[in-house]
Amino acid sequence: MDLKIQKIIPQLITVLVVVLVFGFFTYNAQINMENRGIDFGYGFLSQESSFDVQFSLIEYDGSHSYFRAYLVGLLNTILVSVIGIIIATILGVIVGVARLSPNYLINQFAAFYVEFFRNIPLLLQIFFWYFAALRALPLPQDADAMLGVFFLTIKGLYVPAFIWENLNVFLYSIIAAIIAIVVIRIHARKVQETQGKQLPVFWISVGLIFILPLLSFLIGGVSLSFEIPKLKQLATTSFKYEGGISLPPELIALTLSLALYTATFIAECVRAGIQGVGKGQKEAAASIGLNPNQVLKLVVMPQALRIIIPPTTNQYLNLTKNSSLAAAIAYPDLVLVFAGTALMQTGKAIEIVSITMLTYLSLSISISILMNWYNKKIAIKEK
Amino acid sequence: MFKYLKQLTSLVAMVAVLFTFTTETMAAKKSKTLKNTQKKGFVRCGVSQGLPGFSNADAAGNWTGIDVDVCRAVAAAVLGDANKVKFTPLSAKERFTALTSGEIDILSRNTTWTLSRDADIGLTFVGVNFYDGQGFMVRKSSGITSTSQFKDGISACTNIGTTTELNMRDFFNSKGISYEPVAFEKADEVVAAYDAGRCDTYTTDKSGLAAQRTKMSNPDDHIVLPETVSKEPLGPVVRQGDSVWEDIVRWSLNAMIEAEEYGITSANADSMKTSDNPAVKRLVGAEGELGAAFGLDNEWSLRIIKQVGNYGESYKRNIADTGILPDRGPNELWTKGGILYVPPAR
Repeated sequence: MDLKIQKIIPQLITVLVVVLVFGFFTYNAQINMENRGIDFGYGFLSQESSFDVQFSLIEYDGSHSYFRAYLVGLLNTILVSVIGIIIATILGVIVGVARLSPNYLINQFAAFYVEFFRNIPLLLQIFFWYFAALRALPLPQDADAMLGVFFLTIKGLYVPAFIWENLNVFLYSIIAAIIAIVVIRIHARKVQETQGKQLPVFWISVGLIFILPLLSFLIGGVSLSFEIPKLKQLATTSFKYEGGISLPPELIALTLSLALYTATFIAECVRAGIQGVGKGQKEAAASIGLNPNQVLKLVVMPQALRIIIPPTTNQYLNLTKNSSLAAAIAYPDLVLVFAGTALMQTGKAIEIVSITMLTYLSLSISISILMNWYNKKIAIKEK
Repeated sequence: MFKYLKQLTSLVAMVAVLFTFTTETMAAKKSKTLKNTQKKGFVRCGVSQGLPGFSNADAAGNWTGIDVDVCRAVAAAVLGDANKVKFTPLSAKERFTALTSGEIDILSRNTTWTLSRDADIGLTFVGVNFYDGQGFMVRKSSGITSTSQFKDGISACTNIGTTTELNMRDFFNSKGISYEPVAFEKADEVVAAYDAGRCDTYTTDKSGLAAQRTKMSNPDDHIVLPETVSKEPLGPVVRQGDSVWEDIVRWSLNAMIEAEEYGITSANADSMKTSDNPAVKRLVGAEGELGAAFGLDNEWSLRIIKQVGNYGESYKRNIADTGILPDRGPNELWTKGGILYVPPAR
């Protein structure tokens, strides 16, 4: 038989099977939904949701639509993922480097941390941080102030709210500082390339980022005051704090457990990356007169990052997807608010689950695209 | 070439299997659920994940409760043995999907009958086996004795996917009180969080509050406030589209309630066959051809009464004797001042 046809037939069969299976499920779902009198449609998204959500980044209550409830859940998922990724990355890098430390105590401690946290199921860790830590926290009326203004209680963490005057002037000053730093850096690179002189760019940058905003306070009319949380009595033994910003314990427990869990995997990626750079590279760099700082910054890290980034991207994706475990501890994420309450109140299972799946898919793909772009940027550029 | 022939045949076989399934679903008989149940030999029943008095499993895995008894009654009627039930514990969130997708055939899980659930999502409510209303539980030490003492900023723990979530909003809105809803997926987690002090109040159906209170680390530290803020008629649910199965479940429940009305108990059911009252005789299968209407024999209701007992026996065994709600309140027969009233079995 012709080689070409031999190649095409299996592919055709695959396509046919996929189409048939998909078609069968769609058809079956249609028939069953019709038999049971269930309508299919996305019109419910504009209906009034009539349920409230504990914690929301945008204005929301039950008089808003289901679509708004979806946005509330989505933003809460993004919030916990972003904070989780930042903390996990910082912690992961520190622990990963610590595992390579020549100090026995430090590297053993880091190894213990990694083995302990990555080998306990995440859901258990979330329950632990929520229920065990929750019971250990004081009731609002018994809480001692930390630094005089923070209150960590069973009902959440209360922090002072910033009250700004002329906030825009302050923001402009920061933007101006950043632009100035970029310009100076470009100039410094040119000076180094043409004259071989190195300018103290780091100290200039630090100075700018502090001095310009400071000036905005002194002469720009910017002022900042704090609204400190105050204890409010609800009943004889029932209290809460009012004023300031309150972070629900669900958010804290979820972020903490996600970050601690994912950091162990990132730490291993970092360790692998640094160990993956040949010893000869460091020795060669030292032999041409670079100091240890420069060796790390200019030779080791750029090569290590190429090994670190791809597996770390996976961990970012995992963290984002794992955030859906929030439903277990009442953090109102996408799954709890939309695929939970909204699904129950409307009964639109297929519609809501499909939207939720597409949303997670888009979130994951966005992270992938971003990380792939970064990966490409730091990849070897063959000239 | 043989290789592809093989692939092709397996594909054809697969497609053939798929289509047999499809044609079977399309050719739904009068009561497919009844036929399937008899073929399997057990009733597939969705219950709660543990609500004392309603549906709760002991250490040995034996389920008890008035919701459980509804499924047992159906098993007694349909299969002749009240123990031939497979229980599936479900969270509030999972329950309707489990029923509409066909994982279970009866949902008997303290579920509130509402218009939108009945009309909108492919379900049919068959009756009410417990008249309930939403209430609030608080710590005794808080000094709160009425919902009128609630203040702005109160935090309330509850379950997601329940009517409670909606009622709570209606209640606090009508009082103009701002509140923080903390909604969990499982009842055990709600109780744990409330018990730890995360919330000032725990709100759900009053029967649920009374039952969950028994699970608290110190039940006497908590009280259920007297106010009832909603109507919560709880009852068994079936899938829409199988009206014979719907009738079987409805009349299994009705038979239990009517048996109590006529004083037929598990102990005296057999002797009632010689009763002078035709209504009693019909219920114990000594007169009429009631079972034939659902494709069952005539002793279906006798088996229910003998194996499960009448409604009063079930209530006493599961709810009164366990100390959850000794007073039957609205769940007393209409002849005794309650609102339990079922159409006659004739």
